[in-house]
Amino acid sequence: MYKIIIENLSIQYSDGTESLRNISLNIRDKAVTVLFGPAGGGKSTLLRCLNRLNDLTEVSNSSGRVLIDGENILDPKTDVIALRRKVGMVFARPVVLPLSIRGNLTYGLELAGETRRSVLDEAVERSLKLAAIWDEVHDRLDDPAIALSGGQQQRICLARVLALQPEIILLDEPTSGLDPISTGKVEAALIELKKEYTVILVPHSVQQAGRTADHAAFFLQGELVEYDEGKKLFTAPKEKRTEDYITGRFG
Amino acid sequence: MKRIFTLNRHLSQRIGFTAITLMAFATVVPIVATIIYILIQGAPSISLEFLTAYPYDGMRAGGILPAIIGTLYLTVGTAIFSVPLGIAAAIYLSEYASDTPLTRTIRIAIINLAGIPSVVYGLFGLGLFVLFLNFGTSILAASLTLSIMTLPIIISTAEESLRSVPQAFRTVSISLGATRWQTIRRIVLKEALPGILTGVILGLERAAGETAPILFTGAAFFLPRLPGSPFDATMALPYHLFVISTQVPEMPIQIQYGTALVLLVFVLSMNLIATFIRSRARARRQW
Repeated sequence: MYKIIIENLSIQYSDGTESLRNISLNIRDKAVTVLFGPAGGGKSTLLRCLNRLNDLTEVSNSSGRVLIDGENILDPKTDVIALRRKVGMVFARPVVLPLSIRGNLTYGLELAGETRRSVLDEAVERSLKLAAIWDEVHDRLDDPAIALSGGQQQRICLARVLALQPEIILLDEPTSGLDPISTGKVEAALIELKKEYTVILVPHSVQQAGRTADHAAFFLQGELVEYDEGKKLFTAPKEKRTEDYITGRFG
Repeated sequence: MKRIFTLNRHLSQRIGFTAITLMAFATVVPIVATIIYILIQGAPSISLEFLTAYPYDGMRAGGILPAIIGTLYLTVGTAIFSVPLGIAAAIYLSEYASDTPLTRTIRIAIINLAGIPSVVYGLFGLGLFVLFLNFGTSILAASLTLSIMTLPIIISTAEESLRSVPQAFRTVSISLGATRWQTIRRIVLKEALPGILTGVILGLERAAGETAPILFTGAAFFLPRLPGSPFDATMALPYHLFVISTQVPEMPIQIQYGTALVLLVFVLSMNLIATFIRSRARARRQW
């Protein structure tokens, strides 16, 4: 029932900007786990650790273990390509690739060697429906994805991840650039997704954290301050610092 | 501080603006004048015969076909060597190389290569390709020499256009399970291609117009037939122009201008193609 087990994880970048200090955290399957807190707390670092996207950045020091389905993904022998298909990521700014809508959705599958048209078409339709954007784009799949609005692009980005049939979905402030209506659509899609997937969300506000969290972890300057069920954490936090942040006394 | 002398602000702006406008026009004048002058002087000698016949009567009559074909051969030969090598080097520098003393040295070397006088390249080509590697005075040796000269232009423009592709595309592609090479091939290279092509054409255009690098390595004074293999020497437009302008007594001046015009059109049309590719790509670009 724990999909991800993080044990004593510490990360430091070589320029010393952001770090994680001795984080231990168990993340549940088929639930939305929210990582929140003020900027620079290490939330994004933790997300990017889970699909080893940190490999692209200069990490000077890391220690501890991250087990996904019992396997330590920080092990140098890990197949990172396979890991990234299993652990999909949606970024803060919607970045559609300079391809058609369809091309964006089939990109990952084609890289994995899938060439059968029927499989690709099926994946396109299924993931667009899951991301709640099928109705808006089904009749123009060959148009450039960049022509869509920001909110639509972000749902294309979500669909693009879903097309790979991942098990875990990481979302790094996925609604930070979106209007309230688009945000509502993305959040609704997330609630739907947690039936099948392990969803880890860095929300763009405490309110969003409260709306979506089954479990919530509060991060402050690289430290995990408190981790609990969302209902408990947002109504009766145990830590003073968590309470201060939630009630808007700082942050 | 006390002002010794003041000028009305609007007046001084107007004077400054007029001055830089005049200077901008002044730079265009010689370029346009050169083209018009060569066009007027050279146009009368352009005919089908001039473009398709061999020279005769000590090159004082006939056409310049072998020089046109020779320049084409040299341009293609230069492309064969410099384009794959230059693009590969640019990909390495932009996508793979981290910022180390070694890669900094490579970059400095490339910048400095661009500053070496072309006649020095010619002498280097003579030493390395013609004599040491025993290619003889040949299209091969001349193309290799021109390639070395062209490489810095291709590498630096290609690297620049690779770098202009947003970093976010790479991150997203990697996050979707792409390898670095898949990312480069499918996204980065595709987006950078128009810029790379422009650099390639500008580099080759420079190679097509050069005299000094082919002087010792592959250019022939006069050949009664077209070169049959890469190991033959060849006539070429820029060298032919040099020869008929300085080495042949009683040379009719129209032929010189005609040759200059053909070379100019050859090079300028490459330039036009590059401009066309660039503007079309800019219109289509999605970021």
